[in-house]
Amino acid sequence: MLLARIAGTVVATRKDPRLEGKKLLICQLINPKGEDEKGYIIAVDTVDAGNRERVLIVQGSSARMASGCKDTPVDAAIVGIVDHVDREP
Amino acid sequence: MYLGKVVGNVVCTIKDDALVGIPSMLVERVYDGQVVVALDAVGSGPGEMVYVCRGKEASFAFKGREVPTEATIVAIVDDVQRVG
Repeated sequence: MLLARIAGTVVATRKDPRLEGKKLLICQLINPKGEDEKGYIIAVDTVDAGNRERVLIVQGSSARMASGCKDTPVDAAIVGIVDHVDREP
Repeated sequence: MYLGKVVGNVVCTIKDDALVGIPSMLVERVYDGQVVVALDAVGSGPGEMVYVCRGKEASFAFKGREVPTEATIVAIVDDVQRVG
């Protein structure tokens, strides 16, 4: 699972019917300190995340187990909004 | 599956209903040092060496529930013996 920050939205008019009504967001990968990492992911939003919020992303076929994503062509889903990250020194 | 060390945790108040009650931990992978997030199925704590299952099988640790995870801590390691 990955930590990321919402960096924008993706709008697609023509898409798979099973993706209709789903919000696609651009997610900038971050490290536990909150600093940007290389790369980004487009993920389906299942928790109503907002711009600049830190989120938890599940990847791969497990993403289809996120709420509302059953049997949809999805391989990355936002499943949590991060309040804080505690890292032991 | 890989070995990792628990180095912290991630707190999410708003999350997928299937994730409620399941702690998410920060795990530092032994083989490359990268820190990733994994759900915890065994009650591990910071400083412990753990065994992480990847992929769709990671959700099998929560039998009977459809938990969206692709990395789950499935064991706390007591000892590793490397031969050779």
